[in-house]
Amino acid sequence: MAEPRANPRVNPWPGLLRLGFLLLLGLLFLMPYIWMISASLKPLDEIFRASLNLLPETGGTLRNYARVFEKVPVLQYLWNGVVVCAGILFFQLLFAVPAGYALAKLHFPGRDWLFGAVMLGLLVPYHVPALPLYVGFSWLGWLNTYAALITPSVISVFAIFLFRQFFKSLPDELIHAARIDGMNELSIVWRVILPNALPAATAFAIFSVVAHWNDLFWPLIVVTGAERATPALGVLTFRSDEAGDDFGALMAASVIMTTPLVLAFLLAQRRFVEGIATTGLKG
Amino acid sequence: MSEAATLPRARSGASGEAMAAALLCLPAMLAYLLLLLLPTAAAVLLAFTDYELGAPSLRWIGLENFQELTEDRGFLVSLRNTIIYVGIVAPASIVGALALALMIEAATRGKALFRAVFFLPVVSLPVAMATAWQYLLHPTIGPLNAFLAQMGIAGPAWLTSSDTVLLSLAFIGIWEAIGFNLVLFLAGLTAIPRELHQAAEVDGVKSAWERFRLVTWPLLGPTTLFVVTITMIRSVRVFDSVAVLTQGGPNRASEVLLYTMYTEGFTFFRLGYSAAITLVFLVIVLALMLLQTRVLDKRVHYG
Amino acid sequence: MTGIVINGVHKRFGNFEALRGVSLNVAAGEFLALVGPSGCGKTTLMRVVAGIERHDTGDITIGGRSVGGLRAADRDIAMVFQSYALYPHLTVAQNIAVPLTMRRLSTAQRLPLLGRFWPGSGAARNAIVRDAKQAAESLGLGSMLDRRPAQLSGGQRQRVALARAIVRSPKAFLMDEPLSNLDAALRVQTRREIVDIHRRVGATTLYVTHDQSEALTMADRVAVMLAGEILQVDTPARIYTDPADLRVATFIGSPRINTLAAEVTPGGMVLVAGEAVGLHAPGATGAATLALRPEDVRPEPRGPLEVVAEYIEFLGESTLLHSRHPRLGTAITLRLPPGDAAPEGPFRVGFAPRRALLFDGNGKRQPMHVTEAAHV
Repeated sequence: MAEPRANPRVNPWPGLLRLGFLLLLGLLFLMPYIWMISASLKPLDEIFRASLNLLPETGGTLRNYARVFEKVPVLQYLWNGVVVCAGILFFQLLFAVPAGYALAKLHFPGRDWLFGAVMLGLLVPYHVPALPLYVGFSWLGWLNTYAALITPSVISVFAIFLFRQFFKSLPDELIHAARIDGMNELSIVWRVILPNALPAATAFAIFSVVAHWNDLFWPLIVVTGAERATPALGVLTFRSDEAGDDFGALMAASVIMTTPLVLAFLLAQRRFVEGIATTGLKG
Repeated sequence: MSEAATLPRARSGASGEAMAAALLCLPAMLAYLLLLLLPTAAAVLLAFTDYELGAPSLRWIGLENFQELTEDRGFLVSLRNTIIYVGIVAPASIVGALALALMIEAATRGKALFRAVFFLPVVSLPVAMATAWQYLLHPTIGPLNAFLAQMGIAGPAWLTSSDTVLLSLAFIGIWEAIGFNLVLFLAGLTAIPRELHQAAEVDGVKSAWERFRLVTWPLLGPTTLFVVTITMIRSVRVFDSVAVLTQGGPNRASEVLLYTMYTEGFTFFRLGYSAAITLVFLVIVLALMLLQTRVLDKRVHYG
Repeated sequence: MTGIVINGVHKRFGNFEALRGVSLNVAAGEFLALVGPSGCGKTTLMRVVAGIERHDTGDITIGGRSVGGLRAADRDIAMVFQSYALYPHLTVAQNIAVPLTMRRLSTAQRLPLLGRFWPGSGAARNAIVRDAKQAAESLGLGSMLDRRPAQLSGGQRQRVALARAIVRSPKAFLMDEPLSNLDAALRVQTRREIVDIHRRVGATTLYVTHDQSEALTMADRVAVMLAGEILQVDTPARIYTDPADLRVATFIGSPRINTLAAEVTPGGMVLVAGEAVGLHAPGATGAATLALRPEDVRPEPRGPLEVVAEYIEFLGESTLLHSRHPRLGTAITLRLPPGDAAPEGPFRVGFAPRRALLFDGNGKRQPMHVTEAAHV
């Protein structure tokens, strides 16, 4: 905590002012959400009347949502989002955890070079390889597939870096004891390392899922049409289709697509925040 | 070297360990090669060609793409807009997040609540929230202008007027970025040992500003460095809000680097040219990171 | 000029009462060690005196001035923290100078870049540098003035913390377990240095530690604290030989004092395991505890207590013989002088009767005298 509470005759005003200011700012910050939900529950004519009423006049309507579900393959989009994020995370962990362990605890020729390559990879934003990857996938006929959505992200140098840092902080004795017990390297990874990797894996998982659920750039490039569209792309498509007329449905669609992660965040706040903080501070 | 200092090696000695390491790293290294190294190299090479999607062949044209870039007014506007955008979003979201972090840290109650509120945009679908902002900022049906109208002010067309569009996008960018930086600053603040604050108090430090100067700011150094680096890089990558809300308009007033790269590549299919833009983007990112690590890192880590 | 007067201080954290009506007087210029096990409240008391923690009720006076309403910065005290709390980005010289710059320079003179040019700033700063240098040199830090804490050893950092404390000549010094982060050899050496500084500077010092030998060797007086209360305040010698409470007797002294379940007959005779031990306690009856320091117990062929030897610890300057009373089951430790043979198996022990301590059923010390049938 920042301030030592030394003065018995504490002046309550600064604290109250601060609280008030934070509340006001917080409220302003939530405006997009508040208005988004509010508009999603209002009938179109009310929206176009530009009233400042937050609450819909006639008790609100769920028609907007109904229209969204009619016109937009909402469940398909959400499902795609789940498949893509889960797939990406699975492969990211599959590749990064063993590699991170090897870089952290094993000694072999070329280790430092390899780690250097990993660090270099951290410098390159994913937009750079995007173009050639697109060409490659196009040539393979993989456009509009889960494979195209998942594959480029399975290599996460950030994950390798994170796990390497994390494993470095694991005591060597753990592994030496396992070796003395007769385990070979692969069983050590499976039985000793993986269970201990859980905290770092959770932190990274949050980071990865948030990044890929929200990603627009890559799905925009490799996917056309609704079948493989992720939630981000889905909203964009709906928006361009509607040409901005059906605001109510657009707001409803936005609410629907945003809700999963927001809900997950509100339920597991501490995990999210710790995840971002630890990946951030280690990175 | 005594017996005790020799650590038990892997089964069958060092070569066994190397074998195991190779096996463990193989999938990652293959993926790295195929999905990162080769495509990046290809992108760099493409920048020097005139490749267009669907064209049967490509020609090496050396620096012609870059030459064209320096004369392309659209690209120059895009570059300028990106710099302005970063110039607004980065400082505002860093200073704002620090101020918020200090206030929340000093608050006696509701810390988790405030943290959650400001962090919400980070986990929200940017496309969806951009759409919500579009509604909020709508010139005729948006609540903001309706509110201003009530006070007798005629609000501008925030997102459709070339005077205000970049500013509005920057404002949305700040809104999106502050929560992330806030969490990082909060983590940094709680890592400062309590005893240091107490020692400062005993030493005679009375005002909050003096305590900030003596204890908080110096010890936040590494965190601040990280936040600055991350924020600048994240804001250079602005794309979603432009793609959703303005498509670079009106009249390229909100055209940004990545969006230009996207349109050149996938609307005009000039992949070589787009790759050249990508290269410029990469150079900017690298330069930012280099600047940060070289200039600031030394001054910041006290061991 | 008075030292530190603590009167009836209460402090609770939620449901936990950390300080239960603590009263303590530290005389002007005195070195008082506040000692007790972890969690007894000694650090809380120190924090309350320093002003970095607020107490609920009671008053505190430092140097004749009531400080209850004052914040720590206004109490004119200096504190040495367990972790030293040095500013990592400042050099040794700058660290030591902080208390001076905070108090001697006005806010304007302290401004980041302009402060240097403010009138009077130059002279004041020169004086500060001089005084800081002097404090540093008095602690042997003269050659390290430009180093940062990260480049110093633990012992050196500790001295910087001490220098920062003495540089201002405050009304009182508060030290919160300053030696606990040092290794054993360094600890013993630094003890002497701290006592020497105290002799030189002569300021009122309140020193908190959990190490009872530290308290005994360093302090003018020792205050033993347990569970939020002060049990006894006395000179080290009297705390050791004349503890007022069983808890004080068991906390002070290493190895731990021997405690035997005893009984006082209505006639005042003290019995252990049913046998008279040659002591008479007129004021007590019923269940009691007889306490004997290991160095006061000797093998004695016709002594009042029977024991069975278990194992010995050879310390060099003495030998600890650990034994057990067969019927009571209690452990009894004897400290034998070097060269004395340690008996094995069952044997009898006696003790110096005037050094024996008796505590009643509530742990309060009861006077005793030696009966005619005393032996030894």
